[in-house]
Amino acid sequence: MTTRGDYLGMALSIDDLDGENLAYFKHCAAHQFHLQKCDDCSLLRYPPTTGCPWCSSPNATWTPVEGKGEVHSYEEVHHAIQPAFKAVAPYLVLLVDLDTQKGQPSEHEALRVVGNLVTPDGKFAPPDLVKKVGIGSRLRMVFSDVSEGISLPQWTIDETATQPAKPWRYPQE
Amino acid sequence: MPLPADTDVTTAKYLRDKYAIVGVGETTFTRGSDKTTRALGSWAMRNAIADAGMKASDIDGMLSYSGNDSTASTFIAGDIGARLNFYMDCNGGGSSTEALIGIAIGVMEAGLCKTVAIFRAMNGFSQVRIGGTGARSAAPVNGDMLHSRAYGWQSAGQMFAPTFMRHMYTYGTKPEQVAMVKVVHSEHASNNPKAYYKKRYTVDDVLNSRIICKPLHLLDCCVETDNATAIIITKADRARDLRHTPALIRGIVGRCSKPRMDMHYQTGPIDRVGGYYAKNILWPNAGVGPEDIDATGAYDAFTFTSMLQLEDYGFCKKGEGGEYVSSGITRLGGRRPNNTSGGHLCEGYTHGMNMVIENVRQLRHDVDDSCPCDAHGKRQHTYDYREGGCRQVKNIEVTANLGWANPMTTSAMVMRRGA
Repeated sequence: MTTRGDYLGMALSIDDLDGENLAYFKHCAAHQFHLQKCDDCSLLRYPPTTGCPWCSSPNATWTPVEGKGEVHSYEEVHHAIQPAFKAVAPYLVLLVDLDTQKGQPSEHEALRVVGNLVTPDGKFAPPDLVKKVGIGSRLRMVFSDVSEGISLPQWTIDETATQPAKPWRYPQE
Repeated sequence: MPLPADTDVTTAKYLRDKYAIVGVGETTFTRGSDKTTRALGSWAMRNAIADAGMKASDIDGMLSYSGNDSTASTFIAGDIGARLNFYMDCNGGGSSTEALIGIAIGVMEAGLCKTVAIFRAMNGFSQVRIGGTGARSAAPVNGDMLHSRAYGWQSAGQMFAPTFMRHMYTYGTKPEQVAMVKVVHSEHASNNPKAYYKKRYTVDDVLNSRIICKPLHLLDCCVETDNATAIIITKADRARDLRHTPALIRGIVGRCSKPRMDMHYQTGPIDRVGGYYAKNILWPNAGVGPEDIDATGAYDAFTFTSMLQLEDYGFCKKGEGGEYVSSGITRLGGRRPNNTSGGHLCEGYTHGMNMVIENVRQLRHDVDDSCPCDAHGKRQHTYDYREGGCRQVKNIEVTANLGWANPMTTSAMVMRRGA
């Protein structure tokens, strides 16, 4: 039985054979963020894969990871192309460097977890909030529930963190 | 701007100059072709065969690429009356042209066939929208796509934007510098009777056009068109008997990639593109370096893609791409014009093949602009690059095409003018 969900009117699904994505989203549905940790080289990886991109080992263990980090890059979508997103534009797509494993295995790497900017209760951020976040902003993870086996990790402003005085934003605003 | 002089071009490669592009052809570039990709593909193929001075029976190999939005070689071969000894239809968009030329050389060298025609046929406006709107945007989201499409992160522009934005952050690249890519290509297109958009644009036009996906304005994005394009490749010794001065293939790199093609943002720097790796194959294969190139065809799916590739293939220092593309170097009459046809931003969208076709015509010294022809039908180029005028690069000998699939994957090819 395929795991299915409806998100913003968009059909999401995970095939029964897709053990990696089933496990990832099942943890998210429990509002826990877990990533695969390689049993051989001990590096975490994202998104789910069937082998380690750093050492090619097929053996990994799902491991809890703190959902906190800093915006590495972003985009602000004004012309949504997917019907599901037209009502929420402008919206942000964020690449967030997790604090966990940042700078490993080299200084250029981090676990860069995708998400949209949402309010603490998981709703898409309104336009005035969208303008406040840029490269360097400190964010924390929240979850948008979709169905029994699927929740999407999302990002919201970390109210407890020290924020940059002025996060870097696209120069033509 | 100083060019790097430390490029290693020393590796001996015996296939240099052994194969040539001898025929090029295309359909008109339209929005609303009112034809199948089968009709478009065979139309472009007939034009390329006629251009080469060949017969359909001379074509015994065929390659094509598409994202399931084209017609297979089996139908195109039938429609032109070619009997094939080899064919293959590959999945892919940008970066496929140069990679398939490399494959064509390989299969001819291995004795599978003697002449290969490569085509790309697409209704990128009226059927499968290249910008990703329409049926594709509404398709259900399954499995690995949950990490991208479920976040409204799907179209080419959306997928590439974090690389573009990070480049601006890291290097201080300015929107008005990047906009110059569109300005320059629109100047070139105004001298190209085939171009879908022939209007010249200014930096202000680009910056005042609506935001699609920050940092991309509407005019930072390529045009969606319906068209087919085709090229014919054969051995250089056979090329000597054909109609045009051949464009000899010096060297190729094919679909060279960064790590983690499943999500390249996991490996950094994310403002680095595939050319960083590909240049170390391209230049030694070709035996020339960036300083030897007279014109480039740097893939312009977006203004940023041309800039990033020129940078990572070594035409300027990393981080100085904004300065390079706004310096006048890339303009007709400049030291190294880029995309003299107007490219994807203005001429039409073909997933890279029109930029190869343009450089083949440039190397023949017979680009199809509006300059007058003499009594023998030979075009008399004026080298006056004002609007509506010439677009032939004077005394051009060597070109480089830099193909782009996405920030992590690239193909490229160096060609030179044959005898």
